[in-house]
Amino acid sequence: MSLRSPLGRVKGLGAAHEGVGHWWAQRLTALALIPLTVWLVASMVALAGADYEVVRAWLGAPVPAGLMILFLVAALHHGQLGLQVVIEDYVHNEGAKIASLLAVKGLAIVLGLFGVLAVLSVLFSS
Amino acid sequence: MNARNRPLSPHLQVYRPQMTSILSITHRATGVALTLGSFLLVYWLIAAAAGPEAFAAAQDLIGSWIGYLCLFGWSVALFYHLCNGIRHLFWDAGFGFELPDAYRSGYAVLIGTAVLTLVAWIAGLSVMGGG
Repeated sequence: MSLRSPLGRVKGLGAAHEGVGHWWAQRLTALALIPLTVWLVASMVALAGADYEVVRAWLGAPVPAGLMILFLVAALHHGQLGLQVVIEDYVHNEGAKIASLLAVKGLAIVLGLFGVLAVLSVLFSS
Repeated sequence: MNARNRPLSPHLQVYRPQMTSILSITHRATGVALTLGSFLLVYWLIAAAAGPEAFAAAQDLIGSWIGYLCLFGWSVALFYHLCNGIRHLFWDAGFGFELPDAYRSGYAVLIGTAVLTLVAWIAGLSVMGGG
């Protein structure tokens, strides 16, 4: 005899009350980051030593601006998902764990927002 | 029953370090390092948006010896995490679990990291030299 409710059995989520959402998001962002990282590295190599005007002209075009925003969102989401696992594995004090999880997730949002706004600001002022 | 005498799973230090385990923890370490690198990327973008003085200050920081050292470290971490991440995606898809395969793909990751780092830095420095 099972003590699980029929609904709980069908949802199949177990005691953690979540499914494979975290795992799946980490893999999909990883997949997206393969071409985005190759693009970013190639762009940074091409821009090595470039001055202000050249960088503004490059980032002020729709395709590099769009790819940079995609990279920022995918990389910061992937990074905060990964740091979450590291914190959950190594930080055993409940208070410190929750505080560092909130700090990581908050910082990812702030960095992402500032980065996207910076890209848009260059894009719309050129 | 005395709870203190329960069998414990052995601590990590008990095991002899193996190539597979070292590569695994390095994936985690490089991932953490790369999230710190995202601060530099966002700073550089904000500087480009803020104006010529702010951008010149950012370029000076990146062009300093400590900037180059960080950039080199992050480039190694990035290429390692990229190569080993692709290795992980193959595992997720169900390929390469046999021990000889795991060692072969591990060596491929190390060689890939070294080659990509070298190619990127030679290309970047030659762009700067020729620019």
